[in-house]
Amino acid sequence: MRAARPLASLTLSALLLALFIGIWQLSSLTSGAGDAVVDPEYAALVGAAAASGGQTPFPSPLQVGARILEHLTDPFYVRGTNDQGIGVQLAYSLGRVLTGYGIAALVAIPLGFVIGMSPLLYGALNPFIQVLRPISPLAWMPLALYTIKDSAVSSIFVIFICSIWPMLINTAFGVASVRREWLNVARTLECSTWRTAFRVILPAAAPTIMTGLRISIGIAWLVIVAAEMLVGGTGIGYFVWNQWNNLSLADILTAILVIGIVGMVLDQLLAMATRAVSYQE
Amino acid sequence: MGRAFVSVEGIARRFPSTHGGPPQTVFENVWFGIEEGEFVCLIGHSGCGKTTILNILAGLDRASEGAVVVAGREIDGPSLDRAVIFQSHALLPWLTAEENIAFAVRSRHPGWARAQVAEECRRWIDLVGLSAAAGKKPAQLSGGMKQRVGIARALSVRPKILLMDEPFSALDALTRGMLQDEVNRIVAETKLTAFMITHDVDEAILLADRILLMTNGPNAKIAEVVVNTLPRPRTRHDVHHLPGYAELRNHILDFLVDRSQRLAETMPSGWDPRRIPEVRPAVPA
Repeated sequence: MRAARPLASLTLSALLLALFIGIWQLSSLTSGAGDAVVDPEYAALVGAAAASGGQTPFPSPLQVGARILEHLTDPFYVRGTNDQGIGVQLAYSLGRVLTGYGIAALVAIPLGFVIGMSPLLYGALNPFIQVLRPISPLAWMPLALYTIKDSAVSSIFVIFICSIWPMLINTAFGVASVRREWLNVARTLECSTWRTAFRVILPAAAPTIMTGLRISIGIAWLVIVAAEMLVGGTGIGYFVWNQWNNLSLADILTAILVIGIVGMVLDQLLAMATRAVSYQE
Repeated sequence: MGRAFVSVEGIARRFPSTHGGPPQTVFENVWFGIEEGEFVCLIGHSGCGKTTILNILAGLDRASEGAVVVAGREIDGPSLDRAVIFQSHALLPWLTAEENIAFAVRSRHPGWARAQVAEECRRWIDLVGLSAAAGKKPAQLSGGMKQRVGIARALSVRPKILLMDEPFSALDALTRGMLQDEVNRIVAETKLTAFMITHDVDEAILLADRILLMTNGPNAKIAEVVVNTLPRPRTRHDVHHLPGYAELRNHILDFLVDRSQRLAETMPSGWDPRRIPEVRPAVPA
């Protein structure tokens, strides 16, 4: 692919965004609520829009923009359990993701190292990994709730179980495919097992391991939203579900945007880390 | 007769057959010795097990039978005293040239201070003429420069024996020649014992004191030992003008082109793997 000029790409991006928002604004102007005459008592009971047979109108970009601004100016308020700022909810979600992900890394990287160094273990554990890997992490949720009996810890467990597989598989693969000649160099230099592991195998496998970590953080961020919708209480996933119950579409749109941006930042951080450890042969 | 400094005693390499038949023998009953300070080359076609023999000497591979005895002790695995220059240079790509050498220096001297390691690295980098490229990663270096780092790394552990597996075969002719001269000079200066695998006849004549000729595999054998009687010091510029050079070269070429295959089928009667005939083609009859 030829490299496009960054300024041109950026301009086109801005134009596409403006076009999208423009169409959205236009369509929200035309689809006004019907003005059918209804019984005012019925309208008071079910809400004006529902009484007229219509739905809550989809918010216009301006309304969503105003809502985003509100959230951004006051992200950390706490007014009771069901009304907390989007920043607070994000912090809960990030805390869970980083805890589950961190524990998974602590387990997966040493274990993957051992599996990668031992063809016997590789062969023995591979069937289990292949069966466990494609299981949707949410399928573990009932089991986690039953055994752990704590919804917050259960959602951390779900993050753990979904992020461990890419890390484990990539670490094992990276360690197993370290070039034989590099290991021979370590052997002729009489390096100890530990020195070989940390000075030769780890740097050689680091790019593959980091790729696994990057895949995992993406999956973990996808899963936390769903897990929090199920478990409830706190977190950005719960926030989305709560706003759905409030029928506050502008809040949901704000949350969607924030989820996307946070996911992108997490991914880019790990991409940077991957670049830092990669090498050219 | 006393044992040579490096004594290869009846080593064989066999692979189990794929269909339950008799095991495949790459080579067997290989006996030879290398005296201290001697430079020995092993020449043979691909597939005769040359690299396996070198790996067994390095301790990276094990012989199916037989043993290698160095300075009176049977070897049991790799050692810092037996450095290897790999055909593919085998530099660690995430380290700079200097760090690659430092890795080896620290392996030899784990207790050394950082400054001491750096000073030693600097010495070897200067010796192989890489001062300008010390901070570069292997990917930024040319093939010849990479192999220079490989040479410096092997020498920096101050081994007793230097093992080289076709170290220059991947290089262009010009670079190869320069590195041959450098290795020749360094080995002579440091009085290293050297063993080199090659299939380049001129390289063997330039560097080696003795040249082992190996027949084709399977069941490869060392058929003959050519004693290089050309006077030292030899350089690329004059070696081919020395009297006897043509005879030496022709003898080895004849072996590679013709006799290596014929001898693989039937060895002459009276050939004893423990007393391989020595020939001196460069000495006028």
